[in-house]
Amino acid sequence: MIWQQLQSLAGSYPLALRGLGMTVMLSLISLVLGTLLGFGLGILRTGGNRLISGLIGAWVDLIRGTPFLVQIFLIFFILPEFGIELDAFTAGIIALTNLAACFICEIVVAGIRSVPTGQVEAALASGLSRLQRMRQVVLPQAMRIVLPPLVGQYVLLIKDSSVVSAIGLTDLTRVGWLVVQRVPNGLLVFFLVGVGYFIVCYPLIMLARRLEQRMGAAHGEVQL
Amino acid sequence: MLENFSFRTIVEYLPLFGQGLITTVWLSALSFVGALIVGIVLCAMNLQRGWLFRVPAKAYIDAVRATPLLAQLYFLYFGLPRLGFVLPELVVGILALSLNSGAYIAEIIRAGILSIPRGQVEASVASGMTYVQRMRLVVLPQAFKVTIPPLLGQAIVLVKDSALLSLISVSELTRAGQLLASDRFMPAEGFLTIAAFYLLLYYGLKGLAGVSSRWLGTAGART
Repeated sequence: MIWQQLQSLAGSYPLALRGLGMTVMLSLISLVLGTLLGFGLGILRTGGNRLISGLIGAWVDLIRGTPFLVQIFLIFFILPEFGIELDAFTAGIIALTNLAACFICEIVVAGIRSVPTGQVEAALASGLSRLQRMRQVVLPQAMRIVLPPLVGQYVLLIKDSSVVSAIGLTDLTRVGWLVVQRVPNGLLVFFLVGVGYFIVCYPLIMLARRLEQRMGAAHGEVQL
Repeated sequence: MLENFSFRTIVEYLPLFGQGLITTVWLSALSFVGALIVGIVLCAMNLQRGWLFRVPAKAYIDAVRATPLLAQLYFLYFGLPRLGFVLPELVVGILALSLNSGAYIAEIIRAGILSIPRGQVEASVASGMTYVQRMRLVVLPQAFKVTIPPLLGQAIVLVKDSALLSLISVSELTRAGQLLASDRFMPAEGFLTIAAFYLLLYYGLKGLAGVSSRWLGTAGART
């Protein structure tokens, strides 16, 4: 019986590959967009304009305070009422990008705030423009604080992409769900699904750890 | 647009939302207690010198952290019956949340214990304290302080994660929203209302984290 199941599983490997491809594509697109948007929001939030920074803070709090599943449902089912028809893929990308941007915004803010004010003052005194100050003084130093949690955030993003299966996208988790209807061995099927995610996520987790150690060491040197 | 937004329907469904909210609260609380137990055991295993306990604990923590909760949930939901455990969805959900959060809590506790300066431990050894005294009087009280804010952060994550249980038809808060959305075709009313309820829980826990970190004199929780 297990032999039959294995055969049946082997037969559904094109489906599994497609699911893995969907998971990677969703994560990759929203990772790039979310990083850009997140850095933009983070820089704006520390920019000194009270209104803008308050608005961004409120939005980030709303997103951090609600489950991702609810956000996806809101985007997928409610935007059409405003006349914006979305297919599941676009809705998934929007939801994931927004989520990533909000969390990355917080990471970037923490990074920028970690740069000593003396640095900014020195840049001001040297007559650097706002853009130069950000690009050449603040951000390079902030990156040391930003990078490890940023990679950690990418892992979370890949894992969160599994939730879009709830609106019917055939990602890796959804493939597992489909296969388990035919091959009634949940342990085996979802073990394999887990292996798929592990292969994508584990290298990133290792990278985050390595960065944390290296950046920590670099930080120590500076403080000495 | 939302000109047909019906507050009346929301009021009509309020008892259902109330029940969902209560279920979400107590199942999250129960899962958090379960996760604490799992976390403490895993952390104790992880801090052993011998590999016999350390390696399985590390493997478990890595496996949980590198896979999505939803896949873990389905693993238990579709897998347990095969092993002969036919459990109600609610129990499977609480089990999944405990096992998942436990791995993160193990790391939080470990970071707390490792944050104690070596000098503290050496001083207590020099004062002739036994292992138990050292842990009870020196290490754990200090680790406790560092651990509380991130633990509350994990509690916030857990409450939000519990929304996934609606996908195995546990009747918690998100499920209540789905019911309103599908019964009356009113997704806006359903999902906006549950979002508001989740925000209530979020701000409650966040306030608690703020109070606790001020009380303990540590940096704020990151969620």
